[in-house]
Amino acid sequence: MAMSRAVLEGRAEDTDGRLLLLDPSDNVLVVRARIPAGETIRVGGGVPVPVPADLPLGHKIARRPIAAGEKIVKYGAPIGTATVAIDLGAHVHVHNVKSDYTPTYHLLGGEAGR
Amino acid sequence: MTMRGWLRSDGRKGIRNTVVVGYLVECAHHVAREIALPFREEGVHVIGFPGCYPNAYAERMMERLCTHPNVGAVLLVSLGCESFDKRALERAVRATGRPVETIVIQGTGGTRKSIAAGRAFVAAQRAALDAAPTVPMDVSELVIGTVCGGSDGTSGISGNPAAGRAFDMLVEAGAACIFEETGELIGCEHIMAARAATPELGRELEASVAKAARYYATLGYGSFAAGNAEGGLSTIEEKSMGAYAKSGASPISGLIKPGDLPPRGGLYLLDVVPDGEVRWGFPNINDNAEIAELIACGSHAVLFVTGRGSVVGSAISPVVKICANPETYRRMEDDMDVDAGRIIEGRATLDEVGAEIRDLVIGLAAGGRTRSEELAHQEFVLTYKSFEPIGPACLPAA
Repeated sequence: MAMSRAVLEGRAEDTDGRLLLLDPSDNVLVVRARIPAGETIRVGGGVPVPVPADLPLGHKIARRPIAAGEKIVKYGAPIGTATVAIDLGAHVHVHNVKSDYTPTYHLLGGEAGR
Repeated sequence: MTMRGWLRSDGRKGIRNTVVVGYLVECAHHVAREIALPFREEGVHVIGFPGCYPNAYAERMMERLCTHPNVGAVLLVSLGCESFDKRALERAVRATGRPVETIVIQGTGGTRKSIAAGRAFVAAQRAALDAAPTVPMDVSELVIGTVCGGSDGTSGISGNPAAGRAFDMLVEAGAACIFEETGELIGCEHIMAARAATPELGRELEASVAKAARYYATLGYGSFAAGNAEGGLSTIEEKSMGAYAKSGASPISGLIKPGDLPPRGGLYLLDVVPDGEVRWGFPNINDNAEIAELIACGSHAVLFVTGRGSVVGSAISPVVKICANPETYRRMEDDMDVDAGRIIEGRATLDEVGAEIRDLVIGLAAGGRTRSEELAHQEFVLTYKSFEPIGPACLPAA
């Protein structure tokens, strides 16, 4: 499937090597190695974006600005809806995404436990 | 590697030759555990059903588990007054040619005498099974299940797709492979249905996920634990897309329910969500309930993909733990059989790890043991459920 190729080849040239694009239609990138707070990341050749809090392995950031109400797309499939506008490079998680099926149960604080 | 197994009267072969001690109500659990304790690392496993009220699903599960190809002999432990039909289970086990005995604690004279009688039976059976001959076995005779637990944002990009590659290779070699948890396929139902062998089966696959969505909506929680969110998963759909990757890319041959045996090789979805109104609580209260159901469908071994770091194994069948997260692997290496996080760090490809998993599974039938077996993990959970039989479109045509 498409994502396996992405894992093998899939860092967009102008994007931080610690970020992984799983499918060309995705609007999020997956963190493939922990990114500490205070660093900057490059996304799609844009200006470097500061990282305000640690981004753990396996979490997601916005590949482009995402409007409130827009679908979050990962693996080329919708995985939920943005509840607020999300800036390019921002952490995408339970504080700004909701399920289109059942609500997500978590023990994280308002900042999604970063 | 030469695969070998123990031939059973129904033609299936086991890759283990275990003595099962099965309690038939929670009141007999302690006695069963004490009987098995001295044999803990000698292939004697405890399973059982805690409820005192009758349940057809639980009785069928116990029968399937006690006549599983990995099981060579069975001791049943009854308190005496529970509703479980112990004589029917005993007859079913005996009909397969396996040695079986039922200890009724109330009739035997209490805890101490029951433990002594049980240990004598187990010791005799263990000695006989240790001398039992094996026969050659082929990959096409294997049934392999897969489950994921303690998932995080890495599960869906390394461990689950690597398990899927292993499944593709095993199905290609003629094995039966089973993936499950329809509640963790919510959001993937349409892409999954497109892989069905027939359009009718595709509709059954979609219906099974719709049933799961209704069930979980009624309960108010999806099949999603707090730790999933801590690991970067934001919604059940995201978890589902990752979990779905475990199924690989083979066509889907059938849809089965707990206790149904795949009739031939191929890829099967196990529908674990009860039929009818919501009445027993959560479909599977934890990962081990799912593992028990995969084993009841004949799984010789179960591939367990974890990101956060599960440590569990199971009674009856080995559990192969595939760690998706390289940070978790470094922390919990002793519990893990496969380091799939190498894929994320660019140190291995999906195909390489998939082949490693396949070889490890084949090795389990050639003397290999899993980490959880070496650590004596033998978790087991069985709770109340009810199912209708599968429909005619669910199995491949004869």
